[in-house]
Amino acid sequence: MTKEEALYEFLIRLGDNALILGQRLGEWCGKAHQLESDIALTNVALDQIGQARLLLTEAGRIEGKGRTEDDLAYMRGEMDFRNNLLVEQDNGDFAHTIVRQYIFDVFQYHLLKGLQKSSNDFLKAYADKSIKEVTYHRSLSHDWMLRLGDGTELSHQKMQDALDDLWEYTGELFEMTEADDVLIAEGMIPKLSDIKKIWEEEVEATIQEATLKVPDTLGFMAYGSRKGIHSEYLGYILAEMQVLPRSMPDAKW
Amino acid sequence: MKTVQDSELEYFDLLETISDPEIPVLTIVDLGIVRSCETISEGKVKVVITPTYTGCPAMDTIADDIKKAFAKEGLEVVLETQIHPAWTTDWITEKGKANLEAYGIAPPAHKTSDKGALMGRDEVRCPQCKSTNTEVISQFGSTACKALYRCKDCLEPFDYFKCL
Repeated sequence: MTKEEALYEFLIRLGDNALILGQRLGEWCGKAHQLESDIALTNVALDQIGQARLLLTEAGRIEGKGRTEDDLAYMRGEMDFRNNLLVEQDNGDFAHTIVRQYIFDVFQYHLLKGLQKSSNDFLKAYADKSIKEVTYHRSLSHDWMLRLGDGTELSHQKMQDALDDLWEYTGELFEMTEADDVLIAEGMIPKLSDIKKIWEEEVEATIQEATLKVPDTLGFMAYGSRKGIHSEYLGYILAEMQVLPRSMPDAKW
Repeated sequence: MKTVQDSELEYFDLLETISDPEIPVLTIVDLGIVRSCETISEGKVKVVITPTYTGCPAMDTIADDIKKAFAKEGLEVVLETQIHPAWTTDWITEKGKANLEAYGIAPPAHKTSDKGALMGRDEVRCPQCKSTNTEVISQFGSTACKALYRCKDCLEPFDYFKCL
């Protein structure tokens, strides 16, 4: 695997995470339980879409086949997407959205911290830019973790249910492939295994503070996204997201 | 004959006429997103801008507005976006901050070097009655760059341009 191929894979992974999570959060527009949450979730969606644009543009440049951010977002099929299973999971209720968000925010925050030391100019610039936005995302989802986990009996139960449902998707956030090895050797990216330790410490402390329990999945974790094997949800997301540019490929704003 | 510096100053005068579409009292120069502006060849000007938030939808409108303003002067713009160093609210000019407050939006309370600012522990002053007895309603407001606050003295809600 060449350095360029490895970098393309890594950029697509990050870009697809941002794109699919942004799309999911955008589904909350006009539906949240209060105006402030509605606006907050869609603001986070907007930041993620902004990140996706940067990352997919750079991925297209590195690939060198002339593909634009739009080609990569709208003209790839499910098997070509490399987003983590976690971000494509259904919004569910507000508890599920918040748990998914918090798990991802802490992961993204520490990944960006690592990328701020990257030897690759783009990755460093991207990380310096995005970490400021993600700091606000993490603060939002963290506050809701505590408020709902340590809230009423019902909100506590809904949060625990969400944690139990989503925990099996946390393992593959840290799965490393040949691309990781190539880029780590170049000093471009941090080791995901290092980030896992920091992530575990922070997330488990919050779960405890929120009076919730870390789920026991009996060692089972869901994998697949690194090879393009996704859960049932991704196809539906892509169908909704891609229908317009695929049916009218020359459409312009 | 005009020197290069003269024409660059004129370019900045031109850029000063372009406002943020969502915050009309703030010019793009006051917002601190213009990195540089220079002649690259006869009738062609390169403008480098830094986006505020990565997903800010106003950036596309701003890019169009820059092209239009220069086209009126018969100049063609080559627009470049530069994300590094990342934009920070520290780059908003003093004039910009004063205009924001007069418009009813509380300007960023601190330099971003103050860690408390990024965590939302700002002492934010109400743009109406100037009281600092205020509270955050939501860290996310009507646009990506703003948070929603409420003044506990005059009871008015207001937008706060949060530190980034």
